[in-house]
Amino acid sequence: MNRRRQLGNAFARTVIYLTALLALVPLGLVLWYTVLRGLPAVSHLDFFINVERPPGIPGGGIAHAIWGTVIMVGLASLLAIPVGVVGGIHLAEYGHGRLANWVRLASDVLVGAPSIAIGLFAYALFVAPFHHFSGYAAALALAVLMLPVLLRTTESAVALVPGGLREAGLALGLPRWRVSLQLILPAAAPGVITGALLAVARAGGETAPLLFTTLGNRFLTLDPSHQMSSLTLIVYHDALTPYNDLNETAWGAALVLLVLVLLVNLGSRFVLRRQVALAGKL
Amino acid sequence: MASAAVPAAEEATVKNRDGFRLLTGAAGLIAPLALLLLVAVLAQQAWPAITRFGWAFLVGREWDPVHIHFGALPYIYSTVVSSSLALLIAVPVGIGVAIFLAEPGQARIRGAIGIGVELLAAIPSVVYGLWALFVMGPWVFKNLETPISDRLGWIAIFAGPPRSSAMFTAGLILAVMILPTLASISRDVIRAVPGGLKEASVALGATWWETTWRVNLPAARAGIIGAIVLALGRALGETIAVTMTIGNRNQISASLFEPAYSLAAVIANEFTEATGPLHSAALVELGLILIGVTLTVNLIALGLLRLSGLAARPA
Repeated sequence: MNRRRQLGNAFARTVIYLTALLALVPLGLVLWYTVLRGLPAVSHLDFFINVERPPGIPGGGIAHAIWGTVIMVGLASLLAIPVGVVGGIHLAEYGHGRLANWVRLASDVLVGAPSIAIGLFAYALFVAPFHHFSGYAAALALAVLMLPVLLRTTESAVALVPGGLREAGLALGLPRWRVSLQLILPAAAPGVITGALLAVARAGGETAPLLFTTLGNRFLTLDPSHQMSSLTLIVYHDALTPYNDLNETAWGAALVLLVLVLLVNLGSRFVLRRQVALAGKL
Repeated sequence: MASAAVPAAEEATVKNRDGFRLLTGAAGLIAPLALLLLVAVLAQQAWPAITRFGWAFLVGREWDPVHIHFGALPYIYSTVVSSSLALLIAVPVGIGVAIFLAEPGQARIRGAIGIGVELLAAIPSVVYGLWALFVMGPWVFKNLETPISDRLGWIAIFAGPPRSSAMFTAGLILAVMILPTLASISRDVIRAVPGGLKEASVALGATWWETTWRVNLPAARAGIIGAIVLALGRALGETIAVTMTIGNRNQISASLFEPAYSLAAVIANEFTEATGPLHSAALVELGLILIGVTLTVNLIALGLLRLSGLAARPA
């Protein structure tokens, strides 16, 4: 092998390794700055107990935003998870037909639909007819975003379950629904839970679908029929103000959001590892 | 996606009397129905603007709610340019990362970088926006835009005066945001290249790079293009991070260092403060354009990925 080709190879390898490291630079920088600039805000307990205060008045917090995010994402999960999981089971168990392929295609396309468009959609259906913004409308918009992710992850988790389990159940005379719900679903549970956690993390980090549905609220409310605040809305609004203390609140809320999202994400990875281990045993 | 096929068990079920099948199928149908309804509702809401302004909407440059003149061209231009810029930056890096991740061996390092790339995808866009607004934008302004504009300002795309919130800033943060999509899908595509091809190439005496460049990448071409198109779809539709960084000025300027205003950003900023029914309808029409383009782009991407034998994955 001549020297030039060898050198070229070594050079290319170095470049590829450097690109891989380069990809981690923004991750490191975003995490570092969010922690660095978010810490001053979150180091006061008030931050988690109080609600927003006008600029210049110390002691403001994001309790209303935390509750808003928890309630709206919780409601969206209650709507989307059962539907998505059941639909996903259908795709895996019965989905050889043409219609099932359309469902797959539609969910893959829907995953890529801009979330701002889903916000407009939810506004037209759930806000305009009632003449007021609400947490319910936001939850519905988030549910639309979560659904396709749930469908597809559930399908792939169920498809991983060995066929022998299904056949054993059917051979014992169990009806199909009991086989699916009592044998297959528990065996696929870690994968399904992973998908659900990813969907929850995705919904929790969304801002655009909330802008026209819940709008935001400066006060604490636990009632989703009112406007609600959310962590993402706080980050968005407070970042774009010229006030230093509100900017600090934005960083604090971003830190809280980032910690929650990354915890859910890493948690899902942990659950998935169990699925792989389980699939090996069956 | 190949489902767990159990033909024998399938035949054992009396299809027509299987209520479970119907019920679960109905749940699955909600996704395509939601998609159809989404397009239908936006079209219906945008209808007053569509009939009033016609095709002129797409080529008009003025956006004046007071005199009810609406033209979307600057927004379309900004959306396309910022997304193209993002692709230009992210594609080489993303494919490099994918090549690195697709290699066997050194599982620990590759695993760590793989997790890093996935976490990059998990960061909410508003956090990217915040970081780009306060950290990346000012840094880019001081260390890239200003010196480049000082020396190369006679080239139209680098003309000044530069801004911290500009097309370039938005393109750069978009590049970061689409990197994980590009890298993880391209990795799967490269991994799916039959091992025999690589082995044949190595057996002929090709170096690692020659095998990668002349065998792996051409074999994975369709899938990699699919990944790029999918990433383009993400970039076109991204709202919050772009709204926070692009500068939000309605203009068509050749300079990348000047502010611009993307489709999604206008909707985000103006929709709740729309001054009349036609203003709202015009904004929804922008949304309709956006969703029409992203859906088409996504369909092309999915087709390409399917061509390369890869089922598209969610998120």
